Amino acid sequence: MMERALAARFATRRRRNGIATGLAYAATAFGLGWLVLILGALLWKGLSALSPAVLIEMTPPPGSAGGLLNPIVGSLMLTVLAVVIGTPIGILAGTYMAEYGRYDRLSSVVRFINDILLSAPSIVIGLFIYEVMVAPMGHFSGWAGGVALSVLVIPVVVRTTEDMLSLVPNALREAATSIGLPRSLAITRICYRAARAGMVTGVLLAVARISGETAPLLFTSLNNQFWSTNFNGPISSLPVVIFQFALSPYKDWQALAWTGALIITMAVLALSITARTLVSSGKQS
Amino acid sequence: MVDMALSDQVVVPAQARARLKALDRFRLSDAVFQHLTRAAAIGVLLLLSGVIVSLIQGSLLTFKTFGLSFLWSSRWNPVTDNYGALPAIFGTVVTSFIAMLIAVPVGLLIAFFLTELCPQWLRRPIGIAIELLAGIPSIIYGIWGLFLFAPFLQATLQPFLIDTLGNVPIIAPLFAGPPYGIGMLTAGLILAIMVLPFVTSISRDVFDAVPPVLKEAAYGLGCTTWEVVRYVVLPYARVGVIGGLMLGLGRALGETMAVTFVIGNAHRISASILAPGTTISATIANEFTEAVGDLYTSALTSLGLILFVITFIVLAAARFMLLRLERRIG
Repeated sequence: MMERALAARFATRRRRNGIATGLAYAATAFGLGWLVLILGALLWKGLSALSPAVLIEMTPPPGSAGGLLNPIVGSLMLTVLAVVIGTPIGILAGTYMAEYGRYDRLSSVVRFINDILLSAPSIVIGLFIYEVMVAPMGHFSGWAGGVALSVLVIPVVVRTTEDMLSLVPNALREAATSIGLPRSLAITRICYRAARAGMVTGVLLAVARISGETAPLLFTSLNNQFWSTNFNGPISSLPVVIFQFALSPYKDWQALAWTGALIITMAVLALSITARTLVSSGKQS
Repeated sequence: MVDMALSDQVVVPAQARARLKALDRFRLSDAVFQHLTRAAAIGVLLLLSGVIVSLIQGSLLTFKTFGLSFLWSSRWNPVTDNYGALPAIFGTVVTSFIAMLIAVPVGLLIAFFLTELCPQWLRRPIGIAIELLAGIPSIIYGIWGLFLFAPFLQATLQPFLIDTLGNVPIIAPLFAGPPYGIGMLTAGLILAIMVLPFVTSISRDVFDAVPPVLKEAAYGLGCTTWEVVRYVVLPYARVGVIGGLMLGLGRALGETMAVTFVIGNAHRISASILAPGTTISATIANEFTEAVGDLYTSALTSLGLILFVITFIVLAAARFMLLRLERRIG
């Protein structure tokens, strides 16, 4: 009697376990399925329109063939500007938090605020830059777009710099100090060098993050149908062009949008894979 | 200090002077560098306060004109310059709710798979693949959702929901109306896919942080894998999991481009989740550049402020919880 009840209970538990593990397998397949579906769709739709013309011609008017040269160049310029502005600030702030004020109050507040900035909605950053740059200047500009993107770069770089510098063994700092190296030189010549792979990873991740960002560019750098490398005026960028072309009723534009999407995704994936291998090779050495 | 060090040795005065000069230079550059890093750290603080101040400044006009009723008014009419935030807030909350409803159980189950069931050699590749899903820019989800996912839903899932759940008495209004393809449900589903990697990777990390001894003890008592996860791992990792969920929620609330493509941009509140709607971020993305007039612009900025306040609260709570967990582990 007793034994049978126990056996029944055991069977129930086994069954429950089977259901749960089955669901876990299914969930994983479900999650990975989306990745396959999305990448597959991108390759299928994007490759069909990919041709050398995409890289050497300007964005076309509706109804004619063309390429994505000006948005590609615009995106590269904006990204470079954002990295040039954001990286030094991010590295310096991260340095303060890891080296000078590791345990002080300022650092813990900055750490908290930085984490908020890290996941703040990017469209709000766009509004912020609109208020402080576009509205006072009276016109949309590449500068505003670059600064908006740099606001997204900073928290990523701060975070990785701090994390990586915290991993540098204290013995290195002590050794540097013992041979009479001033603290600033100990940091820039010793700690930075030890943490270099991780810090580069941070910058790569930041670039990966901003290269697909659309929302903060919509009302800062706007868009430009024509060739322009002038930061004082509106500048074309790949994500904004994709947004515009995808929502247009023209078949040529939609095809170009898919190609642009393919280019961005490949760039982002390449960047994040590079960043990951950098980290893992840094760990081994 | 320096002088003492020098007086111990016999040094030619000229050399001593040069050395002192070099030390002075080092002291100066040291101070400059330290203050520079400090300034940058304070700059990060100023950045966030700048965001808050500029958003408040930009939305003053709206709140002066409509008062707090802006928050619960459901008008949105640029022609008569009459604005209310409710439809956008409603859409944001509903789409995020749908997203979390799907992403949370699936994300937890994937974390369960990765920490307990997956063979060791497969863990890293699957983990990376899930994280790649997080790296895909949101505009890609948008274009994919608009051209492929929405038509697919229109042809399959939505008619199915209308035919089945649409006839169940109490919840029928939720699934009323024609299958548009685009709409709140589609936006919520795409958000779920986007939030999934966040929930998964944080849950996996906190699951991994559970001391193996606890799990081994439970296995030793004869627990099944599921029982170990349900009664040992989950309770232990509770705080961290909730923190991770809220990080995901913060992302879902603020997500812009993917939603803008598939939400339909209709400023109305309908009971049906199949109907088009709008969210705060989609409204801003769609209308800001075309907004003429100070009040219109200001109303959109106020929406941004509301979004920022909501996400700030959610993210701050998430960080607070994760911090508490870190302290417990550390």
